[in-house]
Amino acid sequence: METLLQLSGIKKSFGAVRALKGVSFELKAGEVHALLGENGAGKSTLIKVITGAHLPDAGTMHVMGEVVQALTPSKAQELGIACIYQQPALFPDLSVAENIGLRLKKSRAHAKVDWSGQRLRAAELLKRIGAEISPDAEVASLSMPEQQLVEIACALGSGARIVIMDEPTASLTQKEQHLLFAVVRDLRAAGVGVVYISHRLEEIFALADRVTVLRDGESVGTNAVDQLNESQMIQLMVGREVSSIYPPAESKAGDVVFEMQHVSCAESGVNDISLTVRAGEILGMAGLVGAGRTELARILFGITPASSGKILLDNKAVSISSPAEAIAHGIAYVPEDRRKHGVILDLPIAHNITMAIHRKIFPRRFLRKAAEQNLALQMIRDLGIKAYGPDAPGSSLSGGNQQKVSVARWLATKPRLLILDEPTQGVDVGAKSEIHKIIRGLAKEGLAVLMISSDLPEVLGMSDRVAVMRGGKLVSIVEGENAEAASIMAAALGHNSKEVA
Amino acid sequence: MKKYSREWIVAGALGLLMLSLALAAPHFFQLQPLLSRVTSQMPAMIVALGIAMVIISRQIDISLGAQFSMCAVIAGLVAAQGLPLGVAIAAALGAGALMGALNGLLVAYLGLPSIVVTLATMVTWQEALRLWQQGRLLNLPEGIQWFGMSQAQGQATVIGITFILLIALAWGMKNIGAGRAIYAVGSDAEAARLAGINPKRTTFGVFVSMGVLAAVAAVMNLVQSPQIQPSCGDGLELKAIAAAVVGGIAIRGGRGTLWGVLPGLFLLANVNPALTHFHQPPYWEKAIQGLVIILAVVADGWNQKKQSKG
Repeated sequence: METLLQLSGIKKSFGAVRALKGVSFELKAGEVHALLGENGAGKSTLIKVITGAHLPDAGTMHVMGEVVQALTPSKAQELGIACIYQQPALFPDLSVAENIGLRLKKSRAHAKVDWSGQRLRAAELLKRIGAEISPDAEVASLSMPEQQLVEIACALGSGARIVIMDEPTASLTQKEQHLLFAVVRDLRAAGVGVVYISHRLEEIFALADRVTVLRDGESVGTNAVDQLNESQMIQLMVGREVSSIYPPAESKAGDVVFEMQHVSCAESGVNDISLTVRAGEILGMAGLVGAGRTELARILFGITPASSGKILLDNKAVSISSPAEAIAHGIAYVPEDRRKHGVILDLPIAHNITMAIHRKIFPRRFLRKAAEQNLALQMIRDLGIKAYGPDAPGSSLSGGNQQKVSVARWLATKPRLLILDEPTQGVDVGAKSEIHKIIRGLAKEGLAVLMISSDLPEVLGMSDRVAVMRGGKLVSIVEGENAEAASIMAAALGHNSKEVA
Repeated sequence: MKKYSREWIVAGALGLLMLSLALAAPHFFQLQPLLSRVTSQMPAMIVALGIAMVIISRQIDISLGAQFSMCAVIAGLVAAQGLPLGVAIAAALGAGALMGALNGLLVAYLGLPSIVVTLATMVTWQEALRLWQQGRLLNLPEGIQWFGMSQAQGQATVIGITFILLIALAWGMKNIGAGRAIYAVGSDAEAARLAGINPKRTTFGVFVSMGVLAAVAAVMNLVQSPQIQPSCGDGLELKAIAAAVVGGIAIRGGRGTLWGVLPGLFLLANVNPALTHFHQPPYWEKAIQGLVIILAVVADGWNQKKQSKG
């Protein structure tokens, strides 16, 4: 069979983070090649290299035998590479036909749009994939799976030979899934190479010919799907030693500080969660992206308040309907994307640190400058924030130090429960272990810590207990000593852990 | 990043202009005309402080000129009834607060874009005034001009009140929780919300302050002349926004200090007198002001780029 795509030794770094450390990958005509790996293994980066969104730092790429250099998204399209993203990238205010037309034809700026031709072409493509969507429908009115089908129609229409599907079934119903599988099989039969990314192992068995597993930015092997079973696949994904770089848990957990009883939130899809966190305990939250962990944190912090269930702090039921209320109850939340909502880059460190305690530090609403400076200096010292002083703007700091400022803001509120969402995402190795020491130190002082992390070794290394979420539900809670990478991954993926062990 | 560097650069440019005037046209600095020119800029200064706060919170208010006119007419009508000046001032402040609250309500609580909301309220107030007053000049009774004091005392009062407002607001923006909240909301409203700040209340408060400051400015304008025109605030919004932008208030919010408004306004306001004193045709005024604004915006963009790289 003809080789459509050949990648070898692809490397890509973002600042200090090495996302790809030498990945090799091959796609043949008429095959469905699954790409498997946990969150952060480098799948998205690899896709972006293939579609020309990122230029690799090193390595070679061949498309249909030809070396490709300085690939851009439009060049990738010309080469016949199409990608269907999890979140469809369509224009919501235009009709389906217009969206498809825009994608397929590079018309000149002054050329008249051929409305009827565009509409016919769209209708034909939609029919070919069995989608019951009117070409005249406005995209904004379509459901997520319908939009995905439109994306597939675009890829089909462009005559792509290499089609990448990034978790295409994540939001599809059973019927739509079968439809999609049929489309994928059609593509394969037509000699198209499909790169198929999914966390659902059963889909990979049902659909894929070969599977390549990525782990920590490296490809750990390509196998024919029928030569592997589920346990072997999971082992390949997580198979690494948990290094001993994590600070040891010395503290004994104290009283229950925080408890959730059957908490649900219809809006964010979190369903019937019950758990407790004790003083001095780090509860790790594992799960795949989209499993509902961040949504859970947002409920606890009053951003999307719970629609049912009970939340207890120190055994007293509390209602939390806004972040201000959560802060008043002693809950602190260090959000996921510090660049977006953690640290305000325009403002000095000192202002960032006092932001959540204006009431406390401004008696009668006036600021005590000295108090603010002292607090900032103390935090800079205690957390080892590398900055030239409290007046340094957030934008002058490295990622790790921004994260520390974000943590400092919440420590300033003297919380009982600290929720950390991906505390070391995009942080270099040195700062990472410093942040780990800080978290452990806080737990030792009696803080209850809820740590959401997609970094499995981090969850295992830091947590006293590990809770696993999947599809908005809590699927298992494991004591730290019994927690194993494979069983947590199996729970997150939705497989019986006994089969794996 | 040096503190107040932008403010000092603009102040330096203003200083240079003044210095060259002092050398080339010393009669520019004759006390009485100079005092009159400064006093006449004070209403614009006050609304510029208000719009600076609005822009820092990442909003805009182009209805401030219309609010100014409305407050001036209301105060003038009350005074013309023979009621004491205090009552007229209170009426203006009340009207300003109400108009600001309407803007704030629509922007903060209904989430409508401020450019559209304030465009709508601007047109509404302007047209209402036109229908109501038919463009009549309103004669003010004795005892209103210069608060019933001598001209020198009146001018000192207007300048004094304006500078007290400048100092209080600039200090408060830095040292009061509410001021900090305005910067935080303007930089990143979601981050501010996650830090327990209420962005809606903050935005609402900023618009109400704008309305009240427009009223104060209208009163400071009213006392300077024996008559008042219903269109006295037309175009004021552009002058105020320009002063804020030249003074270093970033149009995308979250950045700049109220101190910058002072040199920003005077730099723009002195283009015309400077042209006269240098015996140049005054037609260049708008072009030169435009150039200064472009320079300011380019400097902002350049700074922004430098920072995001670093």
